Amino acid sequence: MKINKKEYSYMVEQASPPSHLGKNCLWAFIIGGSICTLGEWLYKFYKNIGFIMSDARLMASISLVGLAAVLTGLGWYSRLAKKAGAGTLVPITGFANAVVSPAMEFRAEGLITGTGTKMFIIAGPVIVYGILASVVYGLILFFISPMGR
Amino acid sequence: MDYIAAFITGGLICVLGQILIDLTKMTPARILTSFVVAGVVLSALGLWQPIVDFAGAGALVPIIGFGHTLAKGIQEAVAKEGFIGIFTGGFTACAGGVCASLVFGFIAALLKKPNSRE
Repeated sequence: MKINKKEYSYMVEQASPPSHLGKNCLWAFIIGGSICTLGEWLYKFYKNIGFIMSDARLMASISLVGLAAVLTGLGWYSRLAKKAGAGTLVPITGFANAVVSPAMEFRAEGLITGTGTKMFIIAGPVIVYGILASVVYGLILFFISPMGR
Repeated sequence: MDYIAAFITGGLICVLGQILIDLTKMTPARILTSFVVAGVVLSALGLWQPIVDFAGAGALVPIIGFGHTLAKGIQEAVAKEGFIGIFTGGFTACAGGVCASLVFGFIAALLKKPNSRE
């Protein structure tokens, strides 16, 4: 049987259960909020053991990235993500998951051509456009705003 | 109190992402990219720092905070180093998070048995 793209997406829509926007949002709120609360706790922890404010923020981020990497490695992050949706995608843990997951998945194609190539398949555009936006802001600061000098 | 502010603010930002996913069918890569760029713009306009002051990690852990970090890095670098700062500020500011993701990603790939598929 041959079906085109349009028919297929129609079939998928018919077969999939109705989406529950309210329920999805509630889960995103709870899980996403919890990850941010953990980030705040880590920040306070690192500050208490002597890191200066900006370093404590960075250490909290690195810890969250590490935690996300472990959970991704164990296959738990994707299970959590099924429920949490954007709650696990939008925090920095989602960025880490987007790096670790393809790094592992494409390991079978080799460490260089697989892992090395595909590692930034999702995170790459995030960095590209984030940096581009920051350069535009830098140009504005340097050439227009007197504050930048 | 800090924890409540972080929970509610972070949660609401994630809800915004969920609404975009459910209503516009945006892919994860598009959501992450637009949130980072939005973070740079919001921070450049001075709109994000007040939210960071209020919510702490609630405004920094979501990927918008990544954009905020980039914008702040550029600000500091341009103020300190001038023209060169335009090129160094962004990568310097995001170095920690990106490098950590890279290192952990590589370790995870090494630990995974080659040829096993999930």
